[in-house]
Amino acid sequence: MRDRSQRTIAVRHMQLKALIYYPLLCALLFTSGCGKKASNVERGLKQQELYVGIQSSPSGLDPHLTTGVVEQYILIALLEGLVTRDGQTLEVKPGVAKSWDMSADGKTYTFHLDPNARWSNGDPLVADDFVFSFKRILSPALGAPNAYMLYPMRGAEAYNKGELVDFSKVGVSAPSPKILVIELDAPTPYFLGLLSHVSWFPVHPPTILKHGTITDRASKWTQPANFVGNGPFNLESWKLNAPLSVMKNPLFRDPDSIRLKRIHFLPIPIDPEERAFRAGHLHLTYFVPSHRIDWYLKNQPERIRFDTYLGTYYYGLNVNRPPLDDVRVRKALAYSINREDLIEHILRAGQKAAYHFTPPNTGGYNAKDGFSYDPQLARQLLADAGFPEGEGFPKLQLLYNTSEQHQTIAVAIQQMWKTELGIDIELYNQEWKVYLSTREEGNFDIMRAGWIGDYDDPFTFLGLTTSNSGNNHTGWSNPEYDALIQKSNETLDPIQRRKILQTAETLLLEEMPIIPINFYVRRLLIHPTVHGWSPNVLDRHPYSEIYLEAEPASTD
Amino acid sequence: MFNHIARRLLHALPTLWLVATLTFILLRLAPGGPFDSEKQVHPTVRAQIEAHYGLDQPIYRQYLRFIGNLLQGDLGPSYKYEGWNVQEIIAQSAPVSLELGALALVVAIVVGMPLGVLASLRHHRPAESILMGIAMLGICLPAFVLGPLLLLVFSSSLDWFNPLGWNYPSDRVLPAFTLGLFYAAYIARLARSGMLDVMQHEYIRTARAKGLKESVIVCRHTLRTALYPVVAYIGPAVAGLISGSFVVETIFFIPGLGQFFVNSAFNRDYSMVVGTALFYALLIILFNLLVDIIQMWMNPRTRND
Repeated sequence: MRDRSQRTIAVRHMQLKALIYYPLLCALLFTSGCGKKASNVERGLKQQELYVGIQSSPSGLDPHLTTGVVEQYILIALLEGLVTRDGQTLEVKPGVAKSWDMSADGKTYTFHLDPNARWSNGDPLVADDFVFSFKRILSPALGAPNAYMLYPMRGAEAYNKGELVDFSKVGVSAPSPKILVIELDAPTPYFLGLLSHVSWFPVHPPTILKHGTITDRASKWTQPANFVGNGPFNLESWKLNAPLSVMKNPLFRDPDSIRLKRIHFLPIPIDPEERAFRAGHLHLTYFVPSHRIDWYLKNQPERIRFDTYLGTYYYGLNVNRPPLDDVRVRKALAYSINREDLIEHILRAGQKAAYHFTPPNTGGYNAKDGFSYDPQLARQLLADAGFPEGEGFPKLQLLYNTSEQHQTIAVAIQQMWKTELGIDIELYNQEWKVYLSTREEGNFDIMRAGWIGDYDDPFTFLGLTTSNSGNNHTGWSNPEYDALIQKSNETLDPIQRRKILQTAETLLLEEMPIIPINFYVRRLLIHPTVHGWSPNVLDRHPYSEIYLEAEPASTD
Repeated sequence: MFNHIARRLLHALPTLWLVATLTFILLRLAPGGPFDSEKQVHPTVRAQIEAHYGLDQPIYRQYLRFIGNLLQGDLGPSYKYEGWNVQEIIAQSAPVSLELGALALVVAIVVGMPLGVLASLRHHRPAESILMGIAMLGICLPAFVLGPLLLLVFSSSLDWFNPLGWNYPSDRVLPAFTLGLFYAAYIARLARSGMLDVMQHEYIRTARAKGLKESVIVCRHTLRTALYPVVAYIGPAVAGLISGSFVVETIFFIPGLGQFFVNSAFNRDYSMVVGTALFYALLIILFNLLVDIIQMWMNPRTRND
């Protein structure tokens, strides 16, 4: 009896075994092999289709509402402003405007629009479309976050803030269908460069009005079936968290300049993105996870790039809170950070140490170092402020938004301050939105921050620390500084202007409400078949310059 | 039976209302809002945006408006994704998450049940320890470890599968296993203990004494009762499978709802958080009801009630 039951169990066992293994085996055999197609990189090369990794879905495709970097990558494919930029030199080049004249006082620009400029539905692009678009982004009811980019235009700020109701008083007009005139409040040296920003891009008025009013935020006009653009590419498909594809626009004003047939933007988070690149599913990523940098440097150095761009990583100090109200304390904190060590051991992507706030070569402006790494002097300053060897120094909090990278940097700096100055700093991290609101309330001692330039001009950085800047969370306010910045924006002569800016920057670093730490580096992965992709500080890569070509045969 | 289902569905309404209300209130209590960003927008601009979405109204007005829209089946526009409605986003991505969840459930059952039954039949033998060891490993390995591990073996090294995407039938295999193996392991443990428990019952001994074949005893007498806890577990398992797919979706770049569920909270995308929470709540209620019905059908004592 016992034996028999043992035997049946054994038989049963075999059957059950089959029950487990066969379906698994079948599933594997059936699925492996089938569905594995040529990689995107191979297919892309044959068909001139570029696969780009973006880390998140664009939050929208309305140029007047978006603020993100990812949205910019896509929008410069779908729309074109009055001017564009050269990817290599960042020089301002004709876009929709074929040419332009500036009046002698630098306050009036007349743009001559390209007669070939059309919308993707065939409508001619006329100057009035720009007037409509500028009116739209400046309409208070739209609540466009980037409306301030248009403020140099006369009356734009007043209209946007509701102080001016009649849009015809704003300095933009269309005397003829192909002529657009823009008047400025003051000669703005960086004005033409501003025009390449998406906030100045035109939208197709009939499409906007077909899907709502001029100030509708939640409009359906950006859906693939509805989108009408004027850029080199048309929106082909877009679903959230799924690839967004654009295809060449045959009605583009200069269709021959475009060699790519399609671009696919894949919103993949950082780590899977790097895997996708390795497996040949992406041509380009805009990020490399820190832990993979060494692997690429060792195995595929030709596929990893480090490019500086307009961004500064810094710590903001709450100057209203003692002891940070004492400039000597602020300086002591700044002078005792060993930035070279930090970059070599922690950041590890060839960043530049920041001894001033505006990144090098921002619109031709190179700020002088405002200080140096000097722990000796830092200790002296702290002693002068009444804290010899850090004695009696209150325990300050360092606030940062939750992230491994920010934490590692904070820990390193905490240690440097402890060793060099003998002071204890408490680290304090908050989730992104909580951090933003804490920062805005000024409820911090020291906070981590970063600033990416909107355009290629020092004002985008130095304007941050003016008294009326909404992004100046430090509580620092200096009328002399404000006046200098104001003056710089009214000075057309570039050399004179840079001098004024330098004076302002020196003053800023003398007062040290913010501690610059390092300038940003964009690290990216790029496949050797991608050509014409030039590094530049604005992170602007016109798709007209990019094409795919087989890599030259290896020489070894 | 019909009455029971109707009653349960009626009870679901206050539950859903509670979920909607609690989510609504908790979100408003969280610091930071949907339109906070690194670059500060001008206060007047910000006021305009908030007015556009009715966020300038007192909380109770916002709440009444929200409930009113909800009753009409309108979850409102997403605050993060301009031009998209919450129901559009759910309609777009929920089928993907449901497919992934269903496949993972199949993996969980197909792998877990035989594993558990087999282990129980080999009670006190080395095979049992090995099988249960595997199950324990499955429970201990989180998806963010298992996923990359499977990718390393089956995609990077063997090159059998694409490393990401949701385009071909084969793209379903690794995500389904990553998500399903944890539940498979759990089901294996439940099935094993259920079997062992039932095997000690008098009626099994009676069956043996009557000289029935072991296979008949297992299939006809033991399994049905032994699987009772497994079926009970499938309800919560399904809830976990469909709402817990965030990590797997991220690893394999699957355009499902899980990512919205998690990220909308970080974005303070109020309407999206409430919408996804309600959707998941509804699914969980429905699946629990389904499991109850199956259990009633399985248990002769309740079948005819």
